[in-house]
Amino acid sequence: MAYDESVDLEQFRAETREWLEENCPPSMRTPMKDDEIVWGGKREKFKNPEAKLWLERMGEKGWTSPEWPAKYGGGGLTRAQNRVLQEELRRIKARPALFSFGLWMFGPALLEFGNEEQKLRFIPDIVKGKTRWCQGYSEPGAGSDLADLQTRCEDKGDHYLINGQKVWTSYADKADWIFCLVRTDTSVKHEGISFILFDMESPGVEARPIQLISGESPFCETFFSDVKVPKDQLVGDVNGGWQIAKRLLQFERSSISAGGFGGTGGSGILGPEEYAKMHIGTDNEGRLIDGDLRGRITDHKMYAKAFNLTVQRQAEQAKAGQQVGHTASILKYGAAKMNQDRHELLVEALGTEGLGWEGEGFDPSAKKVTRQWLRSKGNSIEGGTSEINLNVISKRVLGLKDHK
Amino acid sequence: MTFLLTEDQEMLRDTAMAFARDEMPVTRLRQLRDSGANGVDAETRQKLAELGFFGVIIPDEPGGEHFGLVGLGQVLEAQGRTLAPTPVLQTALIAASALQLGGSAEQQAEWLPKIAGGETSFALALDETAHFNPLGVATEAESNGQGYTLNGMKRFVPDAHHAEMLIVVARTFGEAGDRHGLTLFMVPADAKGVSVQALNSVDSHGAAHVVLEDVMVPGTAIIGAVDKGADVLEPVLDRAAIGQAAEMLGSADAAFEMTLEYLNNRKQFGQLIGSFQSLQHRAAKMFTELELTRSCVAAALAAVDDGKSNVAELASLAKARAGELIHLVSNECVQMHGGIGMTDDADPGLYMKRARVQEALYGSASWHRDRYARLAGY
Repeated sequence: MAYDESVDLEQFRAETREWLEENCPPSMRTPMKDDEIVWGGKREKFKNPEAKLWLERMGEKGWTSPEWPAKYGGGGLTRAQNRVLQEELRRIKARPALFSFGLWMFGPALLEFGNEEQKLRFIPDIVKGKTRWCQGYSEPGAGSDLADLQTRCEDKGDHYLINGQKVWTSYADKADWIFCLVRTDTSVKHEGISFILFDMESPGVEARPIQLISGESPFCETFFSDVKVPKDQLVGDVNGGWQIAKRLLQFERSSISAGGFGGTGGSGILGPEEYAKMHIGTDNEGRLIDGDLRGRITDHKMYAKAFNLTVQRQAEQAKAGQQVGHTASILKYGAAKMNQDRHELLVEALGTEGLGWEGEGFDPSAKKVTRQWLRSKGNSIEGGTSEINLNVISKRVLGLKDHK
Repeated sequence: MTFLLTEDQEMLRDTAMAFARDEMPVTRLRQLRDSGANGVDAETRQKLAELGFFGVIIPDEPGGEHFGLVGLGQVLEAQGRTLAPTPVLQTALIAASALQLGGSAEQQAEWLPKIAGGETSFALALDETAHFNPLGVATEAESNGQGYTLNGMKRFVPDAHHAEMLIVVARTFGEAGDRHGLTLFMVPADAKGVSVQALNSVDSHGAAHVVLEDVMVPGTAIIGAVDKGADVLEPVLDRAAIGQAAEMLGSADAAFEMTLEYLNNRKQFGQLIGSFQSLQHRAAKMFTELELTRSCVAAALAAVDDGKSNVAELASLAKARAGELIHLVSNECVQMHGGIGMTDDADPGLYMKRARVQEALYGSASWHRDRYARLAGY
């Protein structure tokens, strides 16, 4: 008898629906609140107890990472089954059980480059949200020119010894482990970099939060003084870390462009046209009185729509096995522009209502806009600056040559 | 909705691309221009007819299969690549859509096969001022007992200088600006009282002013219902805008490729100019805009075939973005070619000239931005 995948899929859908009905707690079917996002790890507080339950249940099924192999704790689903799962999750408006750099960036890279022992050791705790990972990439002297990193990693026979400093380490103060780029050879540039993992509680590790212009501190300076790391925690070959680093950056850029830089979900923030209607007003045909702002809002909304259609188009093409090129860079570039334009318009439309910092007298959602507007300035810097992304597009996608 | 082409549509695309490249390259447009043909190319029209390009959205049997607007979009994109002047948009898209959406069974039986076979070409005579303004029609159609008498003037009508039939939008009720009161009439271009003044346009495609002076038409010439022409006209114009955007996408794509080619060959200061970062970043931004607009055009074409309710929104999105894209790319194409770009011998200028015409037809970027905002309620 011929194998009919659609029959299996319909059965899978029925089972999935039933399981979600029983296992997704009621509050996990409501819009996500900013302070209830679960990042996992040893220090996760679970402000909402149902979020803990939801993560445990999803983690047990491996459905936080549905397509990863079951032997590492993943869901072991096919692409088609995962689509069904995502449809069913959307149907009940389920919150993501886990936000995690482990899921989005490190896990995919480790599955590709790690050895069997490393995969068995680290992947299951990513799936279950037990370990929270941070990314040790940028350094004070190595930003866009990442490969110029200087953090030293010396072979001491039975262990490695790490000395140096990282910066812009997202949530290093909250993470359990770090995946880190280190220099194992000082005589060459790209070929002297290795990819290594260690516990943030190791003696000699210190993370200091950096206060940003938005008042928040999502990033840290991270210092390493004589940090001892067991030798089995180096991934891939010694001096072979750059390949892994680049691949991981692709995962990072696609996770940024797929998820965008935050949206309006549950945050109570309206679109710029709504604030403009509220604070500037409309004519008797319902059009914004400020025709110039109206045009610029429309430009932005069209860009956003075009961007979302492009994400969909590329997903479809990738699914169909078509070449989609280095689209991650295009989308990362576009996502940053889109989010920054949006926040410029939001603050502009709010007028003086958008100029609050803290305390009484301002609408809380407007104060949030102001903070996010400042935060959005980092979008064209983090994860590869927009200029670096344009370099990548022009060289790798368009084939333009290097300057001699 | 899907962004992927069916196998048949893929084959149609390949055929259309090969035809544009081999049979109507940019040099063909130059020949037509230099011989004074004013965009009229009977030989190419015949070949297009033989390939079936006029019948892309017309099934052999009523209710039968066809390639859809997605299919026709591929043909238009292909002809946009080489700036080919053809009657495809006016005839195969606009006239066919008007008849399909508003035509009686008799009208469809009579005219759709003639369109599909490339026997009859049409032109939509709509605008009366220098800007797209469909509800601004003032041309009068007065009932005269046996039919209607048309009086008025239509400006810059594409293809009207060689079409056999005109679809004239006229007013049977109310005044300029009213949605109610528009009516669509099919009028032979050689009917008594019709005078066609051919225009030499900047893009060498040509167009015509059309003057209607006591033109008598029978009631059977009406497409759709009297006074309710806007119900047919609006969806037709959305499709026209989407088709025009597909053509513009092709033009932008070709102009961008030409630019890239130049960046990869021209040397200054002992370097390929494409190795200069200031040019690389502009090229990368153009490519990003091109990819975003490609998605908008594909989504809009598919939305028509799927009968989606957001066709108007997507039509405005596609046409506005294509308008911005084609100016960006054609201007950069001239600039990056330097002095060569200013010469008549090189092609960049042809793309820039055509861009202005493309943008003016079926609503400029600014017209569509305004409508997009209105549709979104602000």
